[in-house]
Amino acid sequence: MLDPNFNPVIRVRGLHNRFGAQVVHDGLDMEVRQNEIFGVVGGSGTGKSVLLRSILGLMHPRSGSVELYGRDVESLAVADRDSLVQSYGVTFQNGALISSLTVAQNVQLPLREHYSLSEKTLDELADMNLLMVGLPPDAGAKFPSQLSGGMIKRAALARALVLEPKLLFLDEPTAGLDPISATAFDELLLYLHSQLRLTVVMITHDLDTLFQTCSRVGVIVDGHMISDTLPGMLQNTHPWIQEYFHGPRARAAEKEAAVKEARG
Amino acid sequence: MTAPLALERQRDGWRLLLSGDWSLTAMPGIEAQLQNLPALEGTLVCDWTQARAPGISPAWALLRRLAETCGTQPALDVRHTGNPPHFLELLQKLHVERHAAYSVQAPPTLERLVGKLGRWAVLQGWHGRGVIVFLGRIATVVGEAFRRPQALRVSSIARHIYETGITAIPIVSLIAFLISVIVAYLGAQQLSRFGADIFVVDLVTIAVLREMGVLLTAIIVAGRSGSAFAAEIGVMQLNEETDALRAMGMSPIELLVVPRVLALIVVLPLLTVIADAMGLAGGGLLSLINLHIPLPQFTARMRESLSHTTFWAGLVKAPVFAILIAMVGTYRGMQVRDSARELGRLTTVAVVQSIFMVILADALFAVLFVQINF
Repeated sequence: MLDPNFNPVIRVRGLHNRFGAQVVHDGLDMEVRQNEIFGVVGGSGTGKSVLLRSILGLMHPRSGSVELYGRDVESLAVADRDSLVQSYGVTFQNGALISSLTVAQNVQLPLREHYSLSEKTLDELADMNLLMVGLPPDAGAKFPSQLSGGMIKRAALARALVLEPKLLFLDEPTAGLDPISATAFDELLLYLHSQLRLTVVMITHDLDTLFQTCSRVGVIVDGHMISDTLPGMLQNTHPWIQEYFHGPRARAAEKEAAVKEARG
Repeated sequence: MTAPLALERQRDGWRLLLSGDWSLTAMPGIEAQLQNLPALEGTLVCDWTQARAPGISPAWALLRRLAETCGTQPALDVRHTGNPPHFLELLQKLHVERHAAYSVQAPPTLERLVGKLGRWAVLQGWHGRGVIVFLGRIATVVGEAFRRPQALRVSSIARHIYETGITAIPIVSLIAFLISVIVAYLGAQQLSRFGADIFVVDLVTIAVLREMGVLLTAIIVAGRSGSAFAAEIGVMQLNEETDALRAMGMSPIELLVVPRVLALIVVLPLLTVIADAMGLAGGGLLSLINLHIPLPQFTARMRESLSHTTFWAGLVKAPVFAILIAMVGTYRGMQVRDSARELGRLTTVAVVQSIFMVILADALFAVLFVQINF
């Protein structure tokens, strides 16, 4: 079986990805440790989503290996793969809620597929997960198209959490949210991270989210990944990283994070 | 396998011993056991010492069940010991919130039913109004085109003529040909019993020219292009492309709907002529092979059977069918909101409704033509 306490949780080695002549990843290494929130950043087109899709096995990399909990994803038997897929949760950029199902049915979908439970229990568990991500109880009966952007992100998170994963992948969880909703989402993420002891991998462009939540950051530059803690990253001399973490937006986010930390 | 829970009476209350696998995987078994839990009062100690890998869902089910069995009782004092799972605090907090949130009552059944009926009626009213508004908008654009010719998007109309017309020629020809062969064959079988073989020519000619040519063409076009219109405009609605057009001061009716309607009005009569020709060819071929009527005789008999209105009685229906198909398709497309399911539903509705309307209109034409002796 997959050992949930294996350290590191994710290990990517020498990942190569290319589309035609365009090289996206050129020997990318990445390591995510137990119980951390790992932020993945990079300019547009540097292959953040491609990296995520490679880790999730949604696309096959040209070469390189992806290990989750110390097991090579490619070489897993079908049964192990199924249990692996159930051991992590994913939210996609636009929520990817199934539009023909209500929010509650969306949340119940993986439970229904993998376990035979009574309707009553399914309803209770949907309620719990919706409460956990801070959605009002009447949200369950609504269809995704009736929800606001922030609520869709929360509902997607509820669906990702329903199989009780230890590992959570978030693709741009706060993109398109107003600052108040985005901050609320950051706080929710931090709270659930501490309460449920999750390991989180998050692709984000939101500097506030990055400074508020992430314990380590991986920057994709020139097809490689440079990983470091936030303070370490601020010292990095790579020109793109300098520009990213010392631009006007970054300085504002940094200041805010410092103020928040000082307040406790 | 050990039972996941065992209830013990102790001198100062109850003790619930949780043991074995308490992860999500064991959920079905735990669920069944929880159902058997009797109503309790006093104090209850949940002992988690022997519970392996406790999961959030089973723990929540336990909390819910304990709250439920003791709903009518004087409150049960529940305590957790033996290294309870770390998320229990979160769950207990959620449980309190849940109680606050769920005190709202649903309205009674009758009230809900009346409400449903009322909403349905209002919705139908809105739909009716929507159709009239839609027709009005199209009329406005067409009217405007007389003053401002560029309101007619010629390039767009040309594209739709190509897509709905030129590319439909093979399938329309083939189907008209085959159906006509079938009719001629069946007719020949019956008529040859009376030695009236030659009347097969009359049968094919009149059936194809008056009814089948135009009706088949309209049904094929409704299936091909009516659905395409609804789907294309529907996806544009979902992508907010139509809103973008409006925001840039362009009318989606003018850009998307009217070109399709006009293109189909041009295309359907032309396709009907092709279908008529192919149908006659099919009838001629079968007469030659099956009934040994040579082609000159076929054409001569055909001329005799034709009155001067036969051909036009079919063709005059084509533009009307075209308007029906194009309007239903584009209208349903414009109705798409919110979800992929709506898109699929309305595309289906567009095809079914346009075929229904075409056949209904055909029936009305038949009555009308009899009345005016056309």
